[in-house]
Amino acid sequence: MIGARRLFFMFLSPLGERLGEGVRRPLTLPLPLAGERSLKALCCVLLLLFTLPALAVEPSEILPDPALETRAREIGRALRCVVCQNQSIDDSSAEVARDMRRAVRERLTAGDSDGDVFAYMVARYGDYVLLKPPFKAGTLILWLGAPFLLLVAGAALLLAARRRRHTPIAAPKPLDEEERRRLDALLKG
Amino acid sequence: MRRLLFILPLLTLALMAGFFAWSLTSGRDPASIGSVVVGRPAPKLDLPALRPGEPPLTDADLRTGKPVIVNFFASWCTPCLAEHPLFTRLREREGATIVGIAWKNKRDDALPWLKRLGDPFKLAGLDLDGKTGLDWGLSGVPETYLIDGTGIVRRHYRGPITERDLNETILPFLKGAVK
Repeated sequence: MIGARRLFFMFLSPLGERLGEGVRRPLTLPLPLAGERSLKALCCVLLLLFTLPALAVEPSEILPDPALETRAREIGRALRCVVCQNQSIDDSSAEVARDMRRAVRERLTAGDSDGDVFAYMVARYGDYVLLKPPFKAGTLILWLGAPFLLLVAGAALLLAARRRRHTPIAAPKPLDEEERRRLDALLKG
Repeated sequence: MRRLLFILPLLTLALMAGFFAWSLTSGRDPASIGSVVVGRPAPKLDLPALRPGEPPLTDADLRTGKPVIVNFFASWCTPCLAEHPLFTRLREREGATIVGIAWKNKRDDALPWLKRLGDPFKLAGLDLDGKTGLDWGLSGVPETYLIDGTGIVRRHYRGPITERDLNETILPFLKGAVK
């Protein structure tokens, strides 16, 4: 909800200013005092605040059991649409994505666990269908590459810092005769 | 040590250039989603026939001892139109056994389409709700599978087959040269 604060200032602050007949005061509750117009505006803002990303899940697909439907949504968000490859099947309106959503619901209704449903999809579409790749030999670099680099960089920094601390700072050479004369001349101005 | 630090950017550049060169020349397709059915027994086939009066399609139709080509198509699919003449040619010139499956396509749409373009399918099934497609790991139409005489899937083409696929794999496959 990054937008919430911004929306508030965009829509509500000007309204609040208009309210008090020249008096600048922020919009205050209770609402009935704020006038019908701003009430409408507030409703609009609230509606905007509570909008959700449009899902491709169609009403006819939704399971009557809310608990199962919730699980279906969680699974659907983790499965990749094989047509629109960076969308989950819940976000995609591709034909195949719809079939996959329906299959997820069928499996859940038949009593499968979440893991069974994922296995069912992987058996047909491979690991590719998982938006979160599994941890195995082929994906080691993917999972461990970044932490490993971070460790290496941290170790390098630490080493460099330690070396710097242990290098004694040499005392400056004392001025020689010539330099001292120049300094005196400068100081005298 | 210090000298090594100076070489490091160059080394990184060389590494990246190498990767890009490999990506460009190896023919690797990063958008390919692969296929898990290749090398495995063909997925379940249990579909009503597309053409009226024919018996339903079953697993036995894919285990006849002879190579079989399975093609998912739809009358609403333009690339299917493009690859269709190749199947006609395979049927007429090579005598290939081709199983066509109309995917999410009404019988009343698929049959006239085949009538208009010619029907190269020895057997034709109807997968109206896409369930068989899902079992086959289908991502859309057209997709084509090469299945050997023992019922093992040997190739899976996503998208229309081309003249090149025909010459490089499908024809050798039909002659038993592709494993």
